[in-house]
Amino acid sequence: MYVAVKGGEAAIANAHALLADRRRGDRSVPALRLDQIVEQLALGVDRVMSEGSLYDRELAALAIVQARGDMIEAIFLVRAYRTTLPRFGYTRAIDTGAMLVERRVSATYKDLPGGQLLGPTFDYTHRLLDPELAAGGDVAEPLQRASEAEAMPRVSAILACEGLIEPDGDMPQDHVPGDITREPLEFPMARDIRLQALSRGDEGFLLALGYSTQRGYARNHPFVGEVRIGEVELELDVPELPFAVPLGSARVTECQMVNQFKGSAKAPPQFTRGYGLVFGQSERKAMAMALCDRALRATEFGEDVVAAAQDEEFVISHSDNVQATGFVEHLKLPHYVDFQAELDLVRRMRAEHDARENAGKAVEKREAAE
Amino acid sequence: MTAQPTDIATYNFAYLDEQTKRMIRRAILKGIAIPGYQVPFASREMPMPYGWGTGGVQVTASIIGPDDVLKVIDQGADDTTNAVSIRAFFKKVANVAVTTETAKATIIQTRHRIPEHPLTAGQVLVYQVPIPEPLRFLEPRETETRKMHALEEYGLMHVKLYEDIARHGRIATTYAYPVKIEGRYVMDPSPTPKFDNPKMHRSPALQLFGAGREKRIYALPPFTDVVSLDFEDHPFEVQTFDQPCALCAAENVYLDEVILDDHGGHMFVCSDTDHCEKRREQGHRGHLAPETPPALEKTEPTQ
Amino acid sequence: MSDEPLLRVSALSKFYGSRIGCESVSFDLWPGEVLAVVGESGSGKTTLLNCLSTRLLPSSGTASYRMRDGQFRELYRMSEAERRFLMRTDWGFVHQNPADGLRMTVSAGANVGERLMAVGDRHYGKIRATAVDWLSRVEIDDDRIDDEPRAFSGGMRQRLQIARNLVTGPRLVFMDEPTGGLDVSVQARLLDLLRGLVTDLGLAAIVVTHDLAVARLLSQRMMVMKDGRVVESGLTDRVLDDPRAPYTQLLVSSILQV
Ligand SMILES: Nc1ncnc2c1ncn2[C@@H]1O[C@H](COP(=O)(O)OP(=O)(O)OP(=O)(O)O)[C@@H](O)[C@H]1O
Ligand SMILES: [Mg+2]
Ligand SMILES: [Zn+2]
Repeated sequence: MYVAVKGGEAAIANAHALLADRRRGDRSVPALRLDQIVEQLALGVDRVMSEGSLYDRELAALAIVQARGDMIEAIFLVRAYRTTLPRFGYTRAIDTGAMLVERRVSATYKDLPGGQLLGPTFDYTHRLLDPELAAGGDVAEPLQRASEAEAMPRVSAILACEGLIEPDGDMPQDHVPGDITREPLEFPMARDIRLQALSRGDEGFLLALGYSTQRGYARNHPFVGEVRIGEVELELDVPELPFAVPLGSARVTECQMVNQFKGSAKAPPQFTRGYGLVFGQSERKAMAMALCDRALRATEFGEDVVAAAQDEEFVISHSDNVQATGFVEHLKLPHYVDFQAELDLVRRMRAEHDARENAGKAVEKREAAE
Repeated sequence: MTAQPTDIATYNFAYLDEQTKRMIRRAILKGIAIPGYQVPFASREMPMPYGWGTGGVQVTASIIGPDDVLKVIDQGADDTTNAVSIRAFFKKVANVAVTTETAKATIIQTRHRIPEHPLTAGQVLVYQVPIPEPLRFLEPRETETRKMHALEEYGLMHVKLYEDIARHGRIATTYAYPVKIEGRYVMDPSPTPKFDNPKMHRSPALQLFGAGREKRIYALPPFTDVVSLDFEDHPFEVQTFDQPCALCAAENVYLDEVILDDHGGHMFVCSDTDHCEKRREQGHRGHLAPETPPALEKTEPTQ
Repeated sequence: MSDEPLLRVSALSKFYGSRIGCESVSFDLWPGEVLAVVGESGSGKTTLLNCLSTRLLPSSGTASYRMRDGQFRELYRMSEAERRFLMRTDWGFVHQNPADGLRMTVSAGANVGERLMAVGDRHYGKIRATAVDWLSRVEIDDDRIDDEPRAFSGGMRQRLQIARNLVTGPRLVFMDEPTGGLDVSVQARLLDLLRGLVTDLGLAAIVVTHDLAVARLLSQRMMVMKDGRVVESGLTDRVLDDPRAPYTQLLVSSILQV
């Protein structure tokens, strides 16, 4: 006798209870507070904001706790919340030239207006585990710049003065910037749309693709013109008001990659660009994004599309980790109806195959006997 | 720039905001106007992962009203975990009545099956679709497949079927079996077994297909011609089973194989759990049926 | 034969930016006629062929094709759907590299059958029988019908490509260096085969080649190109035996040893 499995609802409820228990862990250990995460796991929070496309530290921190530290799960939580939010409007394009810069490095000039600012970087730390951190010792106050620093023009602007880099590609006059969260993606896509998709793309995926361009799969001779991290003002145009309304500020990382020069009979030789911009502090992501952006501009420059990083449909269709994880992980959902269909077919074909083999053997035997 | 985490709990009826629903309804209407054509839409992130039926959930959320009665099945069953989870979602965000009875439902969201009980006019069947493009595994590029649909270049589809016959002696596609709609668009019926294809043909119900990750919606209005691709001398055939359902003795239904022990013991039971239970209630008994007929919740009204 | 040409080409030019691909090419092609286009590397042969077959759009000029209903249609005014339909029914295109013209991952039988299925044939047995017949006409054994072209030699692939193109009974076939990349003995056999098929089927063809021997063997008429322009055209035997343009004279004397 057979009794079918029932009670999916109870099983799900119990699984959720167990998940909550495991998430909390040992109750004698104090529960994490969101401000601890925001303050002390800030780069994780930045990644969740960036790939979750929602600038909200506290929500990102909540998502990280709720996801037990699984970053893609946290990004997913933030996205699923973001998509329900009403849209009030679109801010003006941010002016990264006017950024309140905390870090700015250029690989193309030794010194430049505004100077090189190392900022809070891991770059020259020796990667030795630090037992003092485990002990939670006091940390000394950092040195603060006394007065406002001199203006810090972007390296691209410096090169543009001499006409040595392609201009900042204007969109057509009446172009309204797209919004990948509101309109369906269509290929081929304009660069504004592509950059949006890259900015929320998976850091690991873009890192690997960017890396592949450096190893010869669509090499584009990159120089970091500059990476800058800091606060930018956000301003919103309101129809009734004659001026833009300041909304606050956001921390972003921008990478301007200066790439292989191009020239032709008509256009003088000029460097080309790749661009990266992400929420929060993530040089790795911004740089990888800039490498991919430049690779994806291949057709614009008449370059042959020979590598994965240059293939728009390939890169953009697979860069979103929420989509990717969903589709990979859905394989664990039941597929028994489909599997049954395949199983039945394979069994039938096996039976036919065996029948043929046996018939063949019988003929052989008879022939051998004759 | 900080939202209060406590705000998160408030959502619109059926989760999606009204603007999003309007956008999705427009896509649905366009799909109905051009049966079998894949309409791009701005799919939203949903609170369940892509691949878990986000396309179907968005379609259902856009068409559901307070008076609807919802049934959700996965693999034909109302009690598979994902079906349970989606049903619970709509109970929570739309407070609608839910049912396991095919005949009582106004909207049926499904993954991988069409119910055995014939659908009727006024019902809507919402399919969850993973890969809406029937040409995708022949041609990975979206730009190219859209052109192939536009120009009605479907020769490649038959090349695939030809190869099946040449290699295996028969068409070896068992699910997601491609169909032609009203003699025009070739369409993926979602990964339902080909057993269910004939049920799509001229169905009095409205059939809607949602692919969330791939951002496509398509539709079959009632009484649409749905023809499975085949050759004259290798006509389309559905699966047949050698034995009836072990619980309700139904024949000509789709069966699941259930493994009973680890030395090859197995039995076949209806994949459509509602259909099976109904039959057992009516006194049909298969050779492995338990003594007492099942007692189950059927329809739960709104709270 | 008909008293009207199959294809009328007038003042066709194609520029790649400021570079000339081909310039002011005009000619008529008659039903059943094989026209060879010869000339040195870079002279514009492929460009011309691609324009004629609508794989490229010319910068200026016209080409009209006489459809099966007898009406002339302006090729570059047709919709993409009409052009693609023409391509898979009434025309053939034989690429120099068979991999460009074959589906390398489906069987030889399906390669030949694809065009039939594309125009609506739905009888597996008949499609397969036609494939068997065509494979034998291009001298491929019928026990290779279920093999993929990857398992074929270069010459076999080229013959398969020809069968795939001819199966729908096209009236016009474009060929770009159909024997290029094959060794000499294989070339000779393929040329024999092509000549036989073209005559039997009464095909019109435009064959691009830099090999004057190929032109001599296959074509009735030829055009000699240099720097994108036609420098001489006429009956093949006349052009080869009595070249008038200085460039043709040079070409014939330096290359032709048949
Ligand atoms: N895509 C292209 N972009 C720019 N110039 C091109 C392009 N294709 C061909 N050309 C130029 O057009 C001219 C004609 O080229 P085409 O390929 O038609 O010559 P061909 O006669 O077929 O040569 P070959 O015998 O070497 O195949 C050449 O100068 C070539 O460099
Ligand atoms: Mg050429
Ligand atoms: Zn049953």
